Amino acid sequence: MYGLMAAYDEPEALLQATQRAYEVGYRRMDAYSPFPVEGLSDALGFTRSRLPLLVLGGGMIGALGGYMLQYYTSVITYPHNVGGRPFHSWPAFIPVTFESAILVAGVTAVLGMLALNGLPRPHHPVFNVERFERVSNDQFFLCIEAEDGQFDYAGTKQFLLSTSPREVADVLY
Amino acid sequence: MRPEPDSTQPPQRPNEASSSILAPGHTFSSVTENISAIVLTGRTARGWYIGMGISFILTMLMLYAITYLVFVGTGIWGLNIPVGWGFAIINFVWWIGIGHAGTLISAVLLLLRQPWRTSINRFAEAMTLFAVSCAGIFPLLHVGRPWLAYWLLPYPNTMDMWPQFRSPLIWDVFAVTTYATISLLFWFVGLIPDLATLRDRSQSQVARIIYGILAMGWRGSARHWHRYQTAYLLLAGLATPLVISVHTVVSFDFSIAIVPGWHATIFPPYFVAGAVYAGFAMVLTLAIPLRAVYGLQDFITAQHLQNMGKVVLATGLIVAYGYVMEIFMAFYGANPYEEYMQVNRFVGPYATQYWCLILCNIAAPQALWFNRVRSSAIGLFIVALFVNVGMWLERFVIVVTSLHRDFLPSSWGMYSGTVWDWSLFIGSIGFFFALLFLFIRFLPLISIFEMRELVEEQHEQGG
Repeated sequence: MYGLMAAYDEPEALLQATQRAYEVGYRRMDAYSPFPVEGLSDALGFTRSRLPLLVLGGGMIGALGGYMLQYYTSVITYPHNVGGRPFHSWPAFIPVTFESAILVAGVTAVLGMLALNGLPRPHHPVFNVERFERVSNDQFFLCIEAEDGQFDYAGTKQFLLSTSPREVADVLY
Repeated sequence: MRPEPDSTQPPQRPNEASSSILAPGHTFSSVTENISAIVLTGRTARGWYIGMGISFILTMLMLYAITYLVFVGTGIWGLNIPVGWGFAIINFVWWIGIGHAGTLISAVLLLLRQPWRTSINRFAEAMTLFAVSCAGIFPLLHVGRPWLAYWLLPYPNTMDMWPQFRSPLIWDVFAVTTYATISLLFWFVGLIPDLATLRDRSQSQVARIIYGILAMGWRGSARHWHRYQTAYLLLAGLATPLVISVHTVVSFDFSIAIVPGWHATIFPPYFVAGAVYAGFAMVLTLAIPLRAVYGLQDFITAQHLQNMGKVVLATGLIVAYGYVMEIFMAFYGANPYEEYMQVNRFVGPYATQYWCLILCNIAAPQALWFNRVRSSAIGLFIVALFVNVGMWLERFVIVVTSLHRDFLPSSWGMYSGTVWDWSLFIGSIGFFFALLFLFIRFLPLISIFEMRELVEEQHEQGG
C-alpha cells in the first residue's frame, strides 16, 4: 500500500494534525488542500524552495542572451550606420535586454515550478481514494506514506483517528 | 451604539475587510458550485448564444477583411502619404492598452495585497490575453507583406541580415511577444488548480479527460502549493515592470520620431496611464453584464465596482494631465510646429474627433467623482463605454493629426478609414468577444481557489 489518508472538513484541523504528525516524528507525508493553507508547508518541514534561485538564473541568462544577441548582430556580423549612432549603442540595447530577461525568467518560473512539482503527472495513488475527488472542492487531507520509517498500519491509523478526521482511508497502489 | 451608516460611504461592517468583497454566508463548496456550474452543469444562457453568434459573424468579417488584404495589399486601406500609419497602428495601441488592466489586476494588485482583485482577476487576465491576440494581428498585417513578417525576428538567414535593434519597432516585437507569452503563462498557471476542480466535477468523460490533461495531475499537495505560490508571486513581480515597459516601448514608436505631437517625453507615462485607463474601462464593460447575467453579485460586489470606478477616475485624471501638458508645452515651448499642431487639433479638419475625445476622456469620467455614479452599475457601464471610445479617439488623434500636417505645408494631406479599415477593426472587436464567450463557456471565469481563500479569511474574521 501507499499509505494512510485522513480527511478533514476544515483547514485548521488539517494544520493541527500535520503539526502533531511532524512532532511525533513522521516525515514521509503530504497534506492536500483545495487552496494554499498558510503554515501547512512549514508544518511538513518544507520551508525553502529552489525556485526563486532558478528564476533569477533564468532572468540573468535572458538578459545576457538578449544583450549578446544585439551586440553580436550590431557590432560583429551586421554593423551598419543608423543615424550616426555607434555600433555598440548600448542605451538602445536596453529594452530588448530587459524584455528577454523577463521572458526567460517567466518561462523558467512556470516550467521550473512544474518540473520541481513533478507535474504533469497523470496519476498518483492518492487519487484511488474515493473521497479524494473533493480535494479540489472542500476537503482537506493528510497522507502518511507507508515508506516512512515510523509507519505501522495499526499505530499510524490510531494516530490519525486521534486527530478527529472525518474518515481515515487506505491508499492502495 | 453604532452610528447610523453614512449613506454617502460604502457600507462598513465590523469585519468589513472581506465581507464587502464577498457576500457573507458562502462556504468552500458553495463557491466551487456557483462558479463551476456555469461551465459544467448550468444551462447555457440564451444571451450567450446570441452574443457568440454576433461575435462569430464579426470574426468572419475580420477574416474576410484579412484575406482580401493579403491578396490585394494595403492599398485597400486609407493609408497615403503623408499619413502612412492609420487604423492599423491605432487599433494595435488601443488593444494593447486594453490588455494592460488585466495584468495590472493580476500582478500589481497581488503585490499590493488587495483582496478585491480575487473575483475579477481571472477574466481580466483572459481579457488581456485576447486583447493582445487582437493587437498582434495589426502589426503583422500592416507590414505590407505579412507572409514575410517573420523577418522581424532575429534568426540566421540566407540574406545574412539581422534586425535593426536600435529601432523601437523591433523593441515592440520583443515587448509584445514577451507580454503575450508571460500573460499566457500567468493565466494558465492561475488556471491549473481550477482545471483540477473542473476535472473532478465533470459529468462527461470527454470533459474529464480534457480538463485532466490540462490540469496536469494537480492534486493540491501542500509542497506543490508552496512552489506554486512562489512561482505566482515571482510572475507577478515580473509582470509588473513588464506592463510598464511594454506600453512604454509602444509609446516609443511615436516619441522616437521627430514629428510634432509625437516627439514628447511625456509619452511613456501618459501612454501607460492611458492603457490602465482604457483597460479598467473594458474590465468594467465586461464585468457589469457578466455579473448580471450569471448572477455573480455575491462575488463581484458593489465594492469591486466602486474600486474599479475609482481607478478609472484616477487614471483618467492622469491622462487629462497629459493632455493639459501637451497643450501647455505647445504654447509655452519655442517650437512653432508644435504650437501649430495643437491649434490644428483645436480647430482643424479633425477638430470634431479632438473635441469628442475631450468629451469622452476628460468630461464623461468626471461623473465618477459622485458616489451615486460609482454605486450604480448602469452609470459605471455608460462611463466605461465613453472611455473605451475616447481612448480609441485618442490614438486616432495622436496618429492622424500629427501625420497629416507636419513640417512642410506642401506635404499636408487628409486621411480617413476605408470600409476595409473599419471591417478589420469591427471584426477584431468581434473576434475579441468570440474568444471571451468561449472562455466563459469552457473555463471558470472567477478564480475558484482564490475565492476559497477569501471564504477562509471571512471565516477567520468571524464574518
